[in-house]
Amino acid sequence: MSVVPPSKSSWTARTRERAVDALPPEKLLPDGQPTYVASWIYVFGVATLASLIVIVGSGAILSLKGPAWWHVTGVGHFFNSIHLWAVELFFFTMVIHLWGKYWMAAWRGGRARVWVTGAVTFVVAIPAALTGYVSQQNFDAQWISTQAKDGLNSVGVGAFFDVTDFGQMYSYHVLLLPTAVIALVVAHVLLVRRHGVVPPFTLEAKRLAAQPPPVQEGRATSAADAPPVRHGAPS
Amino acid sequence: MSRRDDTASWAGAYAPYDLVKELAVAVGVIALLAVVLTVLFSSPDDRPSTVAQWSRQMPVDFTTTAVAELDGSSTTAGYGPPYNHNGDGQHIGPVRLQKWLGVSHPIDTANDYVIDPLRSVPGNTALQRAITAYQTAPAKLQSTWTDAYTKALGKATTGSGGSVNVAPGAYGPVPVMMNGLLALAQSGGLDGALLTSRQFYQTDYTKPLLFMADGGLLAQRAQAQHLLGNQWGMMNETGSYPGQSWLWLYTLWYQIEPFKSSTNADALVMLLMGVLSLAFICVPFIPGIRSLPRHIPIYRLIWREHYRAQQGT
Amino acid sequence: MNFTASGTVGAVFNLNHPAHVVHWHFIQLSVANIVVLAAMLVVFALALVLPFPGAARRRGSGS
Repeated sequence: MSVVPPSKSSWTARTRERAVDALPPEKLLPDGQPTYVASWIYVFGVATLASLIVIVGSGAILSLKGPAWWHVTGVGHFFNSIHLWAVELFFFTMVIHLWGKYWMAAWRGGRARVWVTGAVTFVVAIPAALTGYVSQQNFDAQWISTQAKDGLNSVGVGAFFDVTDFGQMYSYHVLLLPTAVIALVVAHVLLVRRHGVVPPFTLEAKRLAAQPPPVQEGRATSAADAPPVRHGAPS
Repeated sequence: MSRRDDTASWAGAYAPYDLVKELAVAVGVIALLAVVLTVLFSSPDDRPSTVAQWSRQMPVDFTTTAVAELDGSSTTAGYGPPYNHNGDGQHIGPVRLQKWLGVSHPIDTANDYVIDPLRSVPGNTALQRAITAYQTAPAKLQSTWTDAYTKALGKATTGSGGSVNVAPGAYGPVPVMMNGLLALAQSGGLDGALLTSRQFYQTDYTKPLLFMADGGLLAQRAQAQHLLGNQWGMMNETGSYPGQSWLWLYTLWYQIEPFKSSTNADALVMLLMGVLSLAFICVPFIPGIRSLPRHIPIYRLIWREHYRAQQGT
Repeated sequence: MNFTASGTVGAVFNLNHPAHVVHWHFIQLSVANIVVLAAMLVVFALALVLPFPGAARRRGSGS
């Protein structure tokens, strides 16, 4: 509710109204999902998100004591290990999530932007990981940076993105690329909430026609049927 | 979007589903998995190589590389942009992005790796005279000296204390310079000199890394760890740890023709992966690719409960 | 030449030795990467076939 008479020229009021129109609270945080959300494949999106949270958390702890810390203390090495394994888990769960979403054709029903933001996240996560590998300040970092520079130099990217420049790579790894990944993931999740989880493919009409006619009362079987019993989510 | 997209909004039933609890459980499970993997396997941390180590463990290789930097025959010397103008770099047809983006990190290998570090060595007048003699000699004479010395290094032996012994020959002042540089490197002074040549505070390791990469130490260590390009090394990690397995398609192209033997392999692979990444992002818009899931019915497994419920009604 | 840091003190399994590599035609993959890739395929298959809890609740919501 506006505390002052709403003005058409108020950016704040317009932003608020657009945000609430797109994502009213019960759509932003629904406490129900369509009954077709009934497979373990659906947990890999949240598992990827959870991996990202562990990556950022362990990365924050590593950044508390600076990039040399993990080489000289057991505690530092412990958190470096958490960070590395969380990255492996992140790509592991993200790719399985991607496989599931592809075979569900989850871009259907106006959800192309959901696919696009997810795919761009994957593409951006690769340099995010690369900048981490070249920031390790050990032999692995020396080798990866002296090799990766050739690929990047060959297309001119090396002119402004120098993988052998530790200072630049550390900045990209700790701030710029995580910000990009997180922004993309937030957009991706908000789009999923906006459009809802993609419904199943409708089976061919011929097959359905061969089935006994559906019982209509209080039970929805397809999008064309009468509004069903709902629990929580508006769409 | 396409005329075959018959996806309507879901007007069917909903069931309780606690998203926030699911996220909390997922974070707990993933954190626990990460801790278990850490306790079981830890993480690798192979110490970095230094120029000092390189010059002590492989003095002939170090000296051979240093001569190549001096006479401009090393990989870095002839690399082209972004380090220098001594080469055009890679291209794809008429598109020469490496050249067009220019020299942003200038490296003059002769001065940066040999002359300037040697000039900083105090109290060695013989060394300073040798450097002056080299610098004032005509280019053709310089090449004669460095070519002869490089050839001799092919049969060099390592003396006690890590010195390099070559057969007598007409090398001019080059041996004095190289022995001076070797001593500087073995003392650790060259690591520091290469890093802080421009300013005190430095986080840019490009110069010492390129110098070491021109030699054989990094590659020798990499080969032992299966990290070379022809070992699919891009995907691998030191030790027996899993690596960046998501780079499998990047490294695969380098193993097959026409990329394998092309002088523009890097540019070609980057172009190809750029196109494939764009296609990946644009899957919803690509005919054929976007309809494949409909024809290979993995979805029937995912939504089997839903289809059974439909049939049951 | 031992370049390995001692930071793996405490790890149950020491993975700081050169990897075992599987060669198949022109493909070379480390055992660790093969394990990761195989695990992904197995987990994907299990995710597709294992029953998801809450079926009774979902059936109840439909009536």
